[in-house]
Amino acid sequence: MSEQQPKIPQTKPRFSATFDESTMSEIRRAAATGIYDIRGAGAKRKVPHFDDLLFLGASVSRYPLEGYREKCATDVVLGARFAKKPIHLKTPVTIAGMSFGSLSANAKEALGRGASAAGTSTTTGDGGMTQEERGHSSILVYQYLPSRYGMNPDDLRKADAIEVVIGQGAKPGGGGMLLGQKITKRVAKMRCLPEGIDQRSSCRHPDWTGPDDLEIKIAEIREITDWEKPIYVKIGATRPYFDVALAVKAGADVVVLDGMQGGTAATQEVFIEHVGIPILAAIRPAVQALQDLGMHRKVQLIVSGGIRNGADVAKALALGADAVAIGTAALIALGDNDPHWEEEYQKLGTTAGAYDDWHEGRDPAGITTQDPELMKRLDPVKAGHRLANYLAVMTMEAQVIARACGKSHLHNLEPEDLVALTLEASAMAKVPLAGTSWIPGVTGF
Amino acid sequence: METLTFDLDAKPLREVNQFLHGDASSLNGKEIVIENPNGAHSIAVGLKSDIHVTIKGHAGYYAAGMNQIAKVTIEGSAGSGVAENMMSGMVHVKGFASNAAGATANGGLLVIDGDAGLRTAIALKGADVVVGGSVGSFSAFMAQAGNFVILGDAGEGLGDSIYEAKIFVRGKVKSLGADCEEKTMSPEDRQILADLLAKSGYADVSPDSFKQYGSARTLYHFHVDNAGAY
Ligand SMILES: Cc1cc2nc3c(=O)[nH]c(=O)nc-3n(C[C@H](O)[C@H](O)[C@H](O)COP(=O)(O)O)c2cc1C
Repeated sequence: MSEQQPKIPQTKPRFSATFDESTMSEIRRAAATGIYDIRGAGAKRKVPHFDDLLFLGASVSRYPLEGYREKCATDVVLGARFAKKPIHLKTPVTIAGMSFGSLSANAKEALGRGASAAGTSTTTGDGGMTQEERGHSSILVYQYLPSRYGMNPDDLRKADAIEVVIGQGAKPGGGGMLLGQKITKRVAKMRCLPEGIDQRSSCRHPDWTGPDDLEIKIAEIREITDWEKPIYVKIGATRPYFDVALAVKAGADVVVLDGMQGGTAATQEVFIEHVGIPILAAIRPAVQALQDLGMHRKVQLIVSGGIRNGADVAKALALGADAVAIGTAALIALGDNDPHWEEEYQKLGTTAGAYDDWHEGRDPAGITTQDPELMKRLDPVKAGHRLANYLAVMTMEAQVIARACGKSHLHNLEPEDLVALTLEASAMAKVPLAGTSWIPGVTGF
Repeated sequence: METLTFDLDAKPLREVNQFLHGDASSLNGKEIVIENPNGAHSIAVGLKSDIHVTIKGHAGYYAAGMNQIAKVTIEGSAGSGVAENMMSGMVHVKGFASNAAGATANGGLLVIDGDAGLRTAIALKGADVVVGGSVGSFSAFMAQAGNFVILGDAGEGLGDSIYEAKIFVRGKVKSLGADCEEKTMSPEDRQILADLLAKSGYADVSPDSFKQYGSARTLYHFHVDNAGAY
């Protein structure tokens, strides 16, 4: 039996691209529990994004501005369409609405401190306005959500602007949820709910349905606030052309458009990854709607969903947005998912950078939690300072790019400054494929 | 009391509402009459002082929306969302009310003498709502807190996904929504009901002619075995 058999080469074990490790583990988890997976943060898979666009700097045919010498303005005015008191921001990077409940009071305070230092606005979220947040935010946008948790006219009057939330990029058409662990006494009281229950936020507003009703609702809010405050309408990116047109028709001063990469406090994984479109695909149709109505730059467009740096800001503005909003990036600047807490992330079965069980309220960084001990780990002054630094960097980065394109204001950036690296991005952003004059669906090759 | 009359045929609603939002010290105690409302939307919204506003006719959407402290009487019918998100005070509709009457109201008392439409007291957050007639389907959907009294009948899906609000119905209930069940009325709840009936002009109606409904609390924590109810 010791005769030598000819050696047959073995095929290496091969993993499926379709049934990858993460997919298989999710099937096992679902089979074991019978419940879908809920998590925080935005879509994690790769989708066409701003990275697929490049700026064409100035050269012989274009004239650049001198860095640090020649002015490149970054200010933006929001809400001058109808509001008596429009909002003036020093930078077009705003802080998106994130609920108190999903975030700790310290985190909300830090967001307010950072945004105020940078001369920009911050936004409440589901669950109402906290003192920490109002007190530390020089410009605060008050969200008016379907759940109306914590909604009251005194806070409405205390706000600098009001954002009627219809949807969110992470879950267009979906409501919210906050699991019992995070419904502490204070959160429960603000929401008029029993402590410790799993709280659902409805997906539709209770007292209006279609766009005609929305117009009446906006008029009511204007009447209550004596037409002083800008009224934003926030939508998740799905059918941006029609939704933006309807929001403008309903009387919005500002439209907030959130792409599928946009973060959430807690939503079903399947919803986050499979509903809605990337922000890259949504900006041009939104701008087109504004232009068709003669409202571009009159009704401002704020876009969000995966904005990370000054290049993303510059690209969003070049495609026609007036400002951007950041959620996830702001939390990272505060300290979310920081390797400093790696040991504790490991204990939670994850690793720094991948932690997304924000709904469980055990955030080692003290941000997405209501646990008083964990919360203390976030120093709102220091975290606010980090956010202010980060906002300053983003703004300067956008200026670097704008000057290189010869623009004296970020708002002078235009689609003609951009090219695309991929066919998808070219078709979605309607800018030519790099090195060609081809825009699929618009021009011939 | 000093009475002031505004004619909406002659004065824009914006000016009337602006006046009603004036300094409480100069407004408190005033009787205000609004003539020719003709179904205008957002009449007397955002009030916050101790005044009594009487609307002489029909009001459109969101009449007396977000009311605080004030008393508003509508001598006609009201459109969608009457007294929505009211915080305190009282709103009295002498006619019928359309959909979503008293939606998300946190406090105060809303009385509707006639029938009310779909989704009455939806997401109620602590106010008292008394309806003399019947209410449409999906009323008290996700109602969180407060008391909801219906002297007539209720449509389908009453109290669906209800939290801690209390519903009292004298007539028939077409169907109850998910997680809503009949309760035995405690002496305390009977007293709440008796007081509300007295405050709303129904002192002669016996609380014993009502059935009480509330949350079975089975959906308070998501559980896969309840998936069919969601
Ligand atoms: C923790 C967290 C909580 C959020 N809460 C709300 C909310 O209450 N209301 C809302 O409209 N959007 C909410 N959002 C979405 C943000 O407003 C914003 O649309 C999104 O974060 C933008 O995308 P980005 O995270 O990629 O920057 C939340 C996002 C996060 C990360």
